[in-house]
Amino acid sequence: MIWNKEAECMPVEQRRELQSALLQKTVRRCYEKVPVYRKKFDEAGIKPEDIRSVDDIKYLPFTTREDLIENYPFGMFAVPMEEIVRIHSSSGTTGKPKVVGYTKNDINVWAEVMARTIGCGGAGKNDIVQNAYGYGLFTGGLGIHYGAEKIGATVIPISGGNTKRQIMVMQDFGSTMLACTPSYALYIADTAAEMGVDIRKLPLKYGIFGAEPWTDSLRKEIEEKMGIRATDIYGLSEIIGPGVSSECEVQNGLHVFDDHFLPEVIDPNTLEVLPPNTPGELVFTSLTKEAFPIIRYRTRDLSMLMIDPCPCGRTHFRMGRITGRTDDMLIIRGVNVFPSQIESVLLGVEGIAPHYLIVVDRVDSLDSLEVWVEVSEKVFSDEIKVLEALEKRIEREIESVLGLSVAVRLKEPKTIERSEGKAKRVLDKRPKT
Amino acid sequence: MKVKQLSIFLENQSGRLAEVAGALGSEGINIRALSLADTSGFGILRLIVNDIAKARKVLQDKGFIVKETDVIAVEVPDCPGGLASVLNALAAEKINIEYMYAFVEKSSKDAIVIFRIENIDEGIRALLSKGINVLTAEQVYAL
Repeated sequence: MIWNKEAECMPVEQRRELQSALLQKTVRRCYEKVPVYRKKFDEAGIKPEDIRSVDDIKYLPFTTREDLIENYPFGMFAVPMEEIVRIHSSSGTTGKPKVVGYTKNDINVWAEVMARTIGCGGAGKNDIVQNAYGYGLFTGGLGIHYGAEKIGATVIPISGGNTKRQIMVMQDFGSTMLACTPSYALYIADTAAEMGVDIRKLPLKYGIFGAEPWTDSLRKEIEEKMGIRATDIYGLSEIIGPGVSSECEVQNGLHVFDDHFLPEVIDPNTLEVLPPNTPGELVFTSLTKEAFPIIRYRTRDLSMLMIDPCPCGRTHFRMGRITGRTDDMLIIRGVNVFPSQIESVLLGVEGIAPHYLIVVDRVDSLDSLEVWVEVSEKVFSDEIKVLEALEKRIEREIESVLGLSVAVRLKEPKTIERSEGKAKRVLDKRPKT
Repeated sequence: MKVKQLSIFLENQSGRLAEVAGALGSEGINIRALSLADTSGFGILRLIVNDIAKARKVLQDKGFIVKETDVIAVEVPDCPGGLASVLNALAAEKINIEYMYAFVEKSSKDAIVIFRIENIDEGIRALLSKGINVLTAEQVYAL
């Protein structure tokens, strides 16, 4: 179902004109309202009037995650706080998260692009959307919620977790669309099977899954186990949250809602803009955001752009699946995790050796996180309970930073592999295909 | 009357205990008593040996984490109720036992129990006052 035909099927040339006009407006807004951007533009020798069309975007400086963290919490906002109606944030790297704000109009834009996402996934006003994304500072829950309401569907704001209850609600309320991370979808499917519930016989028809990278083979597994069509959705809080792009029923790349978010793909080393169908780093510029406009944000996500027409009729350019990252960020159960976050906790524990290994795996279709830590003479005790308390303490501290449960394993000294160059901090055993 | 015990951190991995025993054996160190406490992830090996300083060095050189702890060794009559009489002596003084392990000494009729308690001096006093035989370190190392 195409929610907004006029916008989603707009002729490409017409949209380019619209994008050019919006880009000029955004650049001027950033220059005038956000000192960080003014400084960046001045250093690059760019004035807002130099940007006349989307082709000129290549002259604008990039914005990075570090820019956001340095200006924590509200330094990148372009409106006074009285106009901010909502704040969301990412999980914090070494304590400081990326904070984003929304005006009333930004929330409307978000609802609009999420209504398109839900439409792309197949649902409309007669559907019942079971929203199993977490509600809170994380953008997933409320993003889906507003979009589902906007499209006129019925939302079940069940949030994540409590899987047996998810299945009961699915049976009793007759949910037709499920929204959650793909790994959680698989977990729900497996749990239902254990309970003897055949999800394929329930009214559930669609699933929109995102917030973590997944593969076509995982899609196939979910589709078969649930008897649904599973659609990939994409977003990040720095741009708006979910709703940046979405697959349609053709399942051939994600339509970027590029009347709101202008995509580019660059070579992460040379920073040159790459032509279509060439893999590189995704970069986004917001075109309509008021509270938190962003110019050429380097997402660190690897993908590519596809500009050939899609049979669905939507004219947005599409991006491929995310194939990886240009930095060391891990996505575990939908949560962004940087090894530096775990390292900072370990460094705060006296007597813990600086050698550690983060072991990520998939157990019963859910991501598991273990942190291996070497024991030193200083913390070693001849009593089990003391060492177990140490494990528990580190687990609690990491959990409070990441918001993820973790198992700490104490290891003998020098058993964690030392490397000659860059230390190997992560062992990701999750299946890649 | 305090006896030195060595504690060694071991990951639950096949062959680790054999490495400890092998390293001590090849240096002529004799194990007098041992216990192994384990969890799903790691274990703590507790040893009483005839030459504690040497044993410690041998193991540390092998990269093991080793800790010395004071424990007490008590002679317990090898008969029904023997252990209870010793435990009652400690319980009467509200002395908590962190852990303990026992072995039967081949040349005598008594069993020997190793106790790790928080306040070791108080423990020794409590046991002696009930007429229980607390062994000296030399006695234990020479067993």
